[in-house]
Amino acid sequence: MKQLLTIVFLFGFQALFARTITVGPKETFTTVRSAIEAAATGDTVLVKRGIYKESNIILTKSIFLIGEEGAVLDGEDKHEILTVSGEAILIKGLTFQNSGYSSMNDYASLKLIDARYILVENNIFKHAYFSIHVANVTSSVIQNNSIAGYTKTEQTSGNGIHLWKCDDMLVKNNDIQGHRDGIYFEFVTNSVIEKNNSHNNIRYGLHFMFSNNDGYIENTFKDNGAGVAVMYSHHVLMHSNHFEHNWGSSAYGILLKEINDAQIYNNTFDENTIGILMESTNRINLVSNTFQSNGWALRIQASCSDNTVVSNSFFANTFDVATNGSLSLNLFAKNYWDKYEGYDLNRDGVGDIAYHPVSMYSMVIEQNPNAVILMRSFMVTLLDKAEKAIPSLTPENMVDESPVMKMIKR
Amino acid sequence: MLKLSKYVLYDILRNKVVLAYTAFLLVVSMSLFQMEENSSKAVLSLLNIVLIVVPLVSMVFSTIHWYNSYEFIELMLTQPVSRKKVLLSEFAGIGSSLMTAFLIGVGLPVVVYNFNATGIALIVVGCLLTLVFTAIAFLASIKSKDKARGIGAALLLWFYFALIFDGLLLLVLFSFSDYPLEKIILALSSFNPIDLGRIYLMLQMDVSALMGYTGAVYKDFFGSSAGLLYTLGIMLAWIIVPLLFAVRSFNKKDL
Amino acid sequence: MIKVENIQKTFKKLQALKDINVVFEKGQVVSLIGPNGSGKTTLIKSILGLVKPDSGKIIFNGVSIDKNIEYRRQIGYMPQIGRYPDNMTIGQLFDMMKNMRSADTKLDEELYRSFKLDTMIDKPMKGLSGGTRQKVSAALAFLFDADVLILDEPTAGLDPLASEILKEKIIGEKGKGKLILITSHILTDLEELTTDVMYLQDGAVVFYKPIAALYKLTGEEKLSKAIAYFMRYGIKPMENSNQLKIAK
Repeated sequence: MKQLLTIVFLFGFQALFARTITVGPKETFTTVRSAIEAAATGDTVLVKRGIYKESNIILTKSIFLIGEEGAVLDGEDKHEILTVSGEAILIKGLTFQNSGYSSMNDYASLKLIDARYILVENNIFKHAYFSIHVANVTSSVIQNNSIAGYTKTEQTSGNGIHLWKCDDMLVKNNDIQGHRDGIYFEFVTNSVIEKNNSHNNIRYGLHFMFSNNDGYIENTFKDNGAGVAVMYSHHVLMHSNHFEHNWGSSAYGILLKEINDAQIYNNTFDENTIGILMESTNRINLVSNTFQSNGWALRIQASCSDNTVVSNSFFANTFDVATNGSLSLNLFAKNYWDKYEGYDLNRDGVGDIAYHPVSMYSMVIEQNPNAVILMRSFMVTLLDKAEKAIPSLTPENMVDESPVMKMIKR
Repeated sequence: MLKLSKYVLYDILRNKVVLAYTAFLLVVSMSLFQMEENSSKAVLSLLNIVLIVVPLVSMVFSTIHWYNSYEFIELMLTQPVSRKKVLLSEFAGIGSSLMTAFLIGVGLPVVVYNFNATGIALIVVGCLLTLVFTAIAFLASIKSKDKARGIGAALLLWFYFALIFDGLLLLVLFSFSDYPLEKIILALSSFNPIDLGRIYLMLQMDVSALMGYTGAVYKDFFGSSAGLLYTLGIMLAWIIVPLLFAVRSFNKKDL
Repeated sequence: MIKVENIQKTFKKLQALKDINVVFEKGQVVSLIGPNGSGKTTLIKSILGLVKPDSGKIIFNGVSIDKNIEYRRQIGYMPQIGRYPDNMTIGQLFDMMKNMRSADTKLDEELYRSFKLDTMIDKPMKGLSGGTRQKVSAALAFLFDADVLILDEPTAGLDPLASEILKEKIIGEKGKGKLILITSHILTDLEELTTDVMYLQDGAVVFYKPIAALYKLTGEEKLSKAIAYFMRYGIKPMENSNQLKIAK
């Protein structure tokens, strides 16, 4: 929010001295490039309806570049379309289409380099390699854009919103699909990803690495090839996101890899092959999340420690929790498990006997992946029942001592 | 041969056990479809019924029916018809009536609530398993001396196919876990029609995503038309081979 | 008509038939008599093809019965216990039988009518009494007007009236020159029908004689007494069943 306020203030200051330069097939300026050359700080370049094929336009002046409905910048499948550098620039209402592809460079429809106080909003990106490529930018906002890549293979398509080495950024309300990664964050700090809908991307809905002190809130990640990957970062806040139907033999809601001190709460995980896959995570708090109809709700590798899993609801998952080790240094408490068969004599809402969320069969598969062939066989059902009665193989300390009896309402 | 089967079918379709079986399947299927919002999940639960109940009922019912019709079969054999014909007619009669029960009890709800490729696969596998276990029951009945032994053998065989076989499979998996076993397991699963049906159905459903690399290997195979033909072929072999042995043994048997 | 040659049959340790050699001809009504386990039923079942002998041959009208099954067209069989599919009606049962032997168009429905089975064609078999089921069995055996009738305990379980009807029917068929084989425990039942008596014991034929010859040899006038005579004084089974030696 603070970025937006700063930008609006700057824009207002500039506008005091502004004039408007109109671009259109029947106007004085027929190309965007010539209009930008003629513009001075604070001016508005208004682009009328039409298709403009101008290869790569460079914009370094502090101006407002605004498109009317139907103003299309076309890269003819060969060029980048617009490169922006500088500060206090607005890019609004434009349609970017057909940016080129290069195996050497990250060609993008809109490139922001070495800039600050940039606002990119209400644009449409179609058929792009990278749609918005941001490098070394601070205090800027990308919002309300509709972004669609051309959905080719993982190698030949780029990311929807790609941020590299940025600080104090806001990515909000964008709809992103058909890219390799919907949103890509690398070395981005103190930033927020909010209310985006990232879906049907080839690889990740969100790919997030080496980015500390960021938050992502109220986003939806659906039907992405592998889900969301959050790696090598600390102090990440994730809440109220929705992870749905990231389904495939190696898909998951989120992969958390080497994540420390994260807060993950109020998220919902529906129909993912794995809800959360945790590798080498420490001191993560998983609170009040809902896991429904996932293959595995949680998969906690033995390399994870000091994580707490509290007040979450697990239901209709094939497996609640899986692990590959026999020792667990994580805490489970007060979760709701639909498979819990215990009782509550004193009616305090907490079950009187502990729940072991790791089933016998999930341990068997862990040790011997070929045993998946027995999934849903009568024998496996009996094995699990026997193990519940007399636990012997499942990790002893991976246990919820205080399972709650009723589903946790949020 | 059809003449005889027709009358056997008339008889069994009014049999109380078959009526109860039909009603049971119908109630279970309908309530599963009503309870689950997602009909493909109901199909997944129905899978367990198909894999456990259908073989059990097919085997036990066929065995009991065989012994109850013993005198009648004897009378048939004093008529100018061959033993093979009598046996196959009885098989066709029992098999088709149990299949009718299954089609009404499970097939109908599936067609109404979940008519897609998975649903059809479930119905086909259910019908095939009915015939397979009827055939196995015939062989067991002909080989055993009296009714008690016959039913005992039927239950044991069911127990073997439903449970013990998988236990042995798990043992093999753990004993040879250092080797690439995908193909071998695939071959071994062909020795148990219940397993083959289960694996085939699982791979038609989206739970196959849970099966990881191994699952992908199987999905490649079972998802292809070659896999479909293989499954059908093995299932048919599981019907034909026991029947062949049954006919051979029946031809030599003293009644 | 039926020639049984050197038939042997062993069940596990029990030798059920020991080298049986007999000939049955048209016009004979043969009573097969013997204690339980003597091999009567095994012999009948061998002729019907239900039991496969270990060795020997059964020749029906010059053709060995293991060669083809068509000879059964000429046999009407009434089993000792008639059990039929529970939910099949009498009408369906007769339809089915006629269907199975659709080539046999010469039907004899006399018993079917005189037992009044035609009035209960819609009754399912499971509701029938043992006696009615016997009637059904008998009617089925005579239905196709076969040249050979094999009746296993035909009168057991029948009420006196039905029993009488059946006996009259047998006498009638005998008059047509058919071969009739009957096993029965109730000797008096058979007396008036029988032309020949075959006595089996421990799987061997003790004797096989016309009834008149039997009376003459024993000096008795009743079949039951003649048989009792044998049982009391014992006899040695003969290799050649046409000869008869009585150890007095």
